[in-house]
Amino acid sequence: MDIYRNSIQRYSIAVFSHLMLIVAWHLFVTLGNVPKFVMPSPYATLQALLEPNYRWPENIMVTTIEIFGGYFLAVIGGIGLALLFSWFRIFEMITMPLLVSLNMVPKVALGPLILVWFSYGIGPNIAMAFAISFFPIVLTTARGLQEVEPDLLDLVRSVRGSRWQLFAKIQLPGALPYIFSGMKVAAILAVAGAIVGEFLGSSRGLGYLMLQVQVTLDTAAMFMAVILITLIGMVLYGIVLGLERLLVVRDARI
Amino acid sequence: MSEPFIRLVGVQKVYRVRGAEFPAVSEATFDIEQGELVSLVGPSGCGKTTLLKIIAGLHSYDAGELRIGTQTQPFDPSRDIGMVFQQPLLLKWRRIVDNVLLPAEILGLPLAESRERARDLLRLVGLSGSEEKYPYELSGGMQQRAAIARALVHDPKLILMDEPFGALDALTREKMNLELLRIWQESGKTILFITHGITEAVFLGTRVIVLTAGPARMADNFRVNLPHPRTLDMKTHEAFGEYTRRIYNLLGMN
Repeated sequence: MDIYRNSIQRYSIAVFSHLMLIVAWHLFVTLGNVPKFVMPSPYATLQALLEPNYRWPENIMVTTIEIFGGYFLAVIGGIGLALLFSWFRIFEMITMPLLVSLNMVPKVALGPLILVWFSYGIGPNIAMAFAISFFPIVLTTARGLQEVEPDLLDLVRSVRGSRWQLFAKIQLPGALPYIFSGMKVAAILAVAGAIVGEFLGSSRGLGYLMLQVQVTLDTAAMFMAVILITLIGMVLYGIVLGLERLLVVRDARI
Repeated sequence: MSEPFIRLVGVQKVYRVRGAEFPAVSEATFDIEQGELVSLVGPSGCGKTTLLKIIAGLHSYDAGELRIGTQTQPFDPSRDIGMVFQQPLLLKWRRIVDNVLLPAEILGLPLAESRERARDLLRLVGLSGSEEKYPYELSGGMQQRAAIARALVHDPKLILMDEPFGALDALTREKMNLELLRIWQESGKTILFITHGITEAVFLGTRVIVLTAGPARMADNFRVNLPHPRTLDMKTHEAFGEYTRRIYNLLGMN
């Protein structure tokens, strides 16, 4: 199969370029005699995992819960709100302008407020991840639900289709590509939200760990934390991408 | 002569924009017999789409009379209309056969039978073998064939077509004209065909109704006495030329 071979080739190249980056990193550090506290070697970075005081498994778990939890709530809330918009025009007319303004609020600036309201811990960080990833989902879903061809609407009306049929057979499946494009943007934002939350106030998580080891100049551990945060983000993004492939026909993806 | 399948008497539709009144359709008076293929030709802005939507029951009208159906051929507005538009408007996420099924699904017809019928219709429109494909795998002309099958799936008595071949290239369009004539003869449906193509109107129609714009009004209504089945070389015949000349004159293009 040609397509099959092509995708194997593509993945091999992707793996190769990542390996090349690590090799380049290694050569830069060793040949350039870069001090360890400025930039550790890949090997030293890996070794940071062996430090039991850093409680990697627990911190990974906490950050993962924050990212996935905030993201999950944003998906449910975002799609739900957009559905309400499409069902109740008046509700949309009142709330949408508000939402557009709120979207302009730099969510990071809400951090200190969230701390005041919810104290610190996993909950507020979930709230932060939620706040930052919620808007793109509402906005793209609302947009997608609006995009119904007028002629298609006439076609459904000509056989006296109900509003529910229009929604279930045309509007919602037609909005799926938009929903996923919002969800992909939101997946990246949710990671940033959770980490900012941890920076501002927390006692666990990879972001919190980074602040702790910064004091001791353990750059290797900081590198490791960044890599792990990235990996968590990649897993989330991969799940969304996989769902998209499952649910959205190739041609309709945006 | 028995009573006609469709009768319009002085149908009028007025649009009101900021107090001023614009006649979109005025004094539309014509009959369509059971099993006819009537071409409705005219420039943009002559109200032909509005008229079609009035007949489809999608628009109201301000004056006149519209009656569809006879004692022997009763007309149920909720399930006796099939529509084809300029764009195929297939649902990207449905396979061709499932796209054809849409009106049957909305009407709640028995699905197994309808599916069988959809496959038969796809054969009729020359798409056997494409049942399980997605729309993006089909050319524009093939997509429009599927749209025609979709308009037939619930076995409506009247097919309304709004410039269905307007977006196709010239050669595909001629081919689709021949196909439509064949489908019309095999299915025995009454078809109202809107176009701004003057030769297309004459070539397809058992009768041609001419509308003019500014102000929108009905200008002519004549039988096309060309034998069936029609062939492309008829377009070079003297009689064909007389019909097209008649329309060009009415539209002030000679």
